Amino acid sequence: MSQLALVIDLNVCVGCHACVTSCKQWNTSGDAGPMFDDNPYDKDPTGTFFNRVQTYEIGQFPRTETLHFPKSCLHCEDAPCVPVCPTGASFKREDDGIVLVDYDKCIGCKYCSWACPYGAREFDKHQKVMKKCTLCVDRIYDESLPESMRKPACVLACPTSARLFGDVHDPDSEVSVTIREQGGYQLMPEWGTKPSNHYLPRRKTKMHIHEDELVRADNPLKKEDIRHEISDDVTLDDWMM
Amino acid sequence: MHPTFSVIFLTTLIGVGQGLFLAIFTEQSYSTVNLLPAQESSFYVTGSLLALAFMVGGLFAAVFHLGKPSYFITRAWRGVTQWRTSWLSRELIALPLVMGLMFLYMVFHYFGWDADIFGSAETKGQLTLVIGGLGSAAVFILFVATGMIYASLKFLQEWNCSLTVFNYILFGGASGFTLAAAYSAFAAPELVAFYASWAMIITLAALVSRAMSLFRNARIKYKSTLQTAIGVRHTQIQQKAMGMMGGSYNTREYFHGKTAIFLKSIKWIFLVLVFPLPLLLLWLGMDGNPQALVLAFAIQYLGLLFERWFFFAQANHPQNLYYQTV
Repeated sequence: MSQLALVIDLNVCVGCHACVTSCKQWNTSGDAGPMFDDNPYDKDPTGTFFNRVQTYEIGQFPRTETLHFPKSCLHCEDAPCVPVCPTGASFKREDDGIVLVDYDKCIGCKYCSWACPYGAREFDKHQKVMKKCTLCVDRIYDESLPESMRKPACVLACPTSARLFGDVHDPDSEVSVTIREQGGYQLMPEWGTKPSNHYLPRRKTKMHIHEDELVRADNPLKKEDIRHEISDDVTLDDWMM
Repeated sequence: MHPTFSVIFLTTLIGVGQGLFLAIFTEQSYSTVNLLPAQESSFYVTGSLLALAFMVGGLFAAVFHLGKPSYFITRAWRGVTQWRTSWLSRELIALPLVMGLMFLYMVFHYFGWDADIFGSAETKGQLTLVIGGLGSAAVFILFVATGMIYASLKFLQEWNCSLTVFNYILFGGASGFTLAAAYSAFAAPELVAFYASWAMIITLAALVSRAMSLFRNARIKYKSTLQTAIGVRHTQIQQKAMGMMGGSYNTREYFHGKTAIFLKSIKWIFLVLVFPLPLLLLWLGMDGNPQALVLAFAIQYLGLLFERWFFFAQANHPQNLYYQTV
């Protein structure tokens, strides 16, 4: 039994919101009809999105780091939103683990969104049903697309390849290997929801620069030396000064 | 959480209806063992009709909690299918069950259909006793289902406690018995002392239970922190952008948007309106003063609306950790 999921590399996410807009574009044009978008160019714009990127500043000035944090439905292995649904509209697919809402069964009671500790579900106030990330289920199985395009819209749109998509139950898949090797973690593990989406932590990058790397040895103009003492040897540079 | 008026009215109105039905049936069961004087059937008919009216009022309020009221006809029937896992589904089954049994209880009393099903000549009216008993059991199932809708959400730590269920039962019982005291002042004055004293006892029990939950909630240590929410261990994290400019479902549904002082004043308003004032008025009305008893019920019900608002507003959803600057 597979479990499809996203792995998001916080080390390379630059917070460009390309995943947010491509997600909105793909899913608002899909079978389920548009996701509402009120006052998009006006005061107080608001709408349904499956994916949001938030930005955090970590640490104290001047030692701060900016963290861009994309968040969508985590397709939990033990999804708390599913058992609470009174109509069976919210369900988890047996074969690939994607959590979906049947918009034709949803009565809009919002109970599933209360049951999600991550706030991953959004109520569509025009269609009056609960909506959430579908992992682009209509796209990843579309055989009319070339195989390289059968991925969620956000994954394809990411300019820095911060998003990986695959089966986290297959130990040899790209996502499983990455989670293992780069310390992939889950959000709010304390609730036992076992989110399938994983995040890769930011990594500390160190670089040692030796002095000879600062001076361009083969630079005929020897610009770096100018402010130092002048050599006794007459060079072309000296003559030019 | 953002308090929803449809749910506030639903839970308080069906609470009154359930409590009143329990009160009416208590009279009948006590009278069969000669602890209370037996009443004319009209007492039970009007009483259960009144209880049923509150249930219908609650159901009407519930319709507005659906995405569209039309879902009540087109989709709500699916709500009974997930009773194995969903407490909301169980409530959706228990609610019509309670209403159906109340209706049967009323109809059987109205037509005087009292078959002696156990063949005993000593007590008459066993059929209505059985229906009333089943109705009372269903009332308790409904109370538990309603309370468990909230108590079963483990990460809403203010609600995730058995006190939530006890509060729903005790508040429903208190308001129902207070209404029964007011009703009996008109229909059967000899029962006023009985109902008023039970209303006072249940109100006091509700005070103990609610005070315990307030005490508990004031000392909650939240399991989730911003650190576990985004998986960063650093102690100093500031949110700089929420991912949207004008708000979203997440910022509207999970925040009451009121100040801490407002919240605190609502708490004191409900503590005064639900407990001391009705207790005083019940005590004053003990000798059969209808005005005091009607006022006791009206004030207690008003207080329960504040109580339910506070119950929702006080709950702190962990998703709010992602919205630090709302």
